[in-house]
Amino acid sequence: MSNFQEFTKGLWKKNPILVLALGLCPTLAVTTSISNALWMTLAATFVLVCSNIFVSLVKNFVPSHIRIPIFITIIASFVTIVELTLKGFQPEVYKSLGIFIPLIVVNCIILGRAEEFASKNGVAASILDGLGMGLGFGVALFILAFFRESLGANKLFGLMLIPGMEPSSAMILAPGAFITISMMLWVMNVINSRKG
Amino acid sequence: MEIKVLFTILISTIFINNYVLSQMLGLCPFLGVSKKTDSAIGMGLAVIFVMTLASFFTFIIYKYVLVPYEIVYLRTVSFILIIASLVQLVEMIIEKVSPALYQSLGIFLPLITTNCAVLGVAVLNINSGFVTADFGLIKSVIQGFGAGVGFTLALLLMSGIRERLELADIPKNLQGLPVTFLTAGLLALAFLGFSGMKI
Repeated sequence: MSNFQEFTKGLWKKNPILVLALGLCPTLAVTTSISNALWMTLAATFVLVCSNIFVSLVKNFVPSHIRIPIFITIIASFVTIVELTLKGFQPEVYKSLGIFIPLIVVNCIILGRAEEFASKNGVAASILDGLGMGLGFGVALFILAFFRESLGANKLFGLMLIPGMEPSSAMILAPGAFITISMMLWVMNVINSRKG
Repeated sequence: MEIKVLFTILISTIFINNYVLSQMLGLCPFLGVSKKTDSAIGMGLAVIFVMTLASFFTFIIYKYVLVPYEIVYLRTVSFILIIASLVQLVEMIIEKVSPALYQSLGIFLPLITTNCAVLGVAVLNINSGFVTADFGLIKSVIQGFGAGVGFTLALLLMSGIRERLELADIPKNLQGLPVTFLTAGLLALAFLGFSGMKI
């Protein structure tokens, strides 16, 4: 595969959320507003790219039977960096993302890419893979957050949409998240089956 | 110490703030292991066990190691390492002590390390202010146990529904994940009813 394909495969063909169904907890929990979704994408992509670089660098020195704990420690260190940075410079974001920042550690996308891609490929390809996967993650989060924020809070980017309309608060809560992602997957299946 | 406080924590983690259906933690095993009721029970029991133990150990490490030495920022790293080694330890002990139990739980144990509900309950115990509260250790263990029971309840309900769904006639494009999410959404809607409960 060329480098360009390493980058673009995360968007559709191997989209981490919509195709591989990885990393669902942060996806559904933080998409109550678009700004939360964007910050989550930023944080997760940073951790993903950095851990991909490191895993790819140390892949030849790590004994294979203890590789998972080592990968998790690398990931947890970068998550701590993100956590402290957000706490220091963006306290509002830190507060609204809450426990989902430390939970980036157990986001299966990151460990999955470390195990499946970065531990077998070079640094440059791993960076591109991380960026592409992060972008795919971000796109899925953005679409989810778009529907949930507009229907559940009657807002977009924090701005009021239709004055006087009563939003349906179930959309901002757990049921709305499940139903929205189910509809997204359905539409995706329809598109894929038309193509094939 | 009032028993009532502990009871409130237990009920609210099982029903009102159900980890899967209202806080959306631990979704990967929830979707992955809910195809058969047998494996749902096995996974549920393993999660209850690990969550209770993890709440106990992470609380002790946080209160008596991280806070006194002022290294609280190592929370995430230390918690995930505690959980990973705990899971490994539990796996080895069960294998030696009760091979029969190991047969039924064995394959689920390694999966628990990446269950975000376990790390979630450890972090939430700290965030709920149990560290400085009276009897904080007991409270966090109860919260861990309740979270595990809530997870098992959601998993069992889901697996029962999915076993019936196998026989249903579902449109082709909705089969698999989409209909599973739709079911989870309806279950979550039902659990929303508990949020009005006053205890």
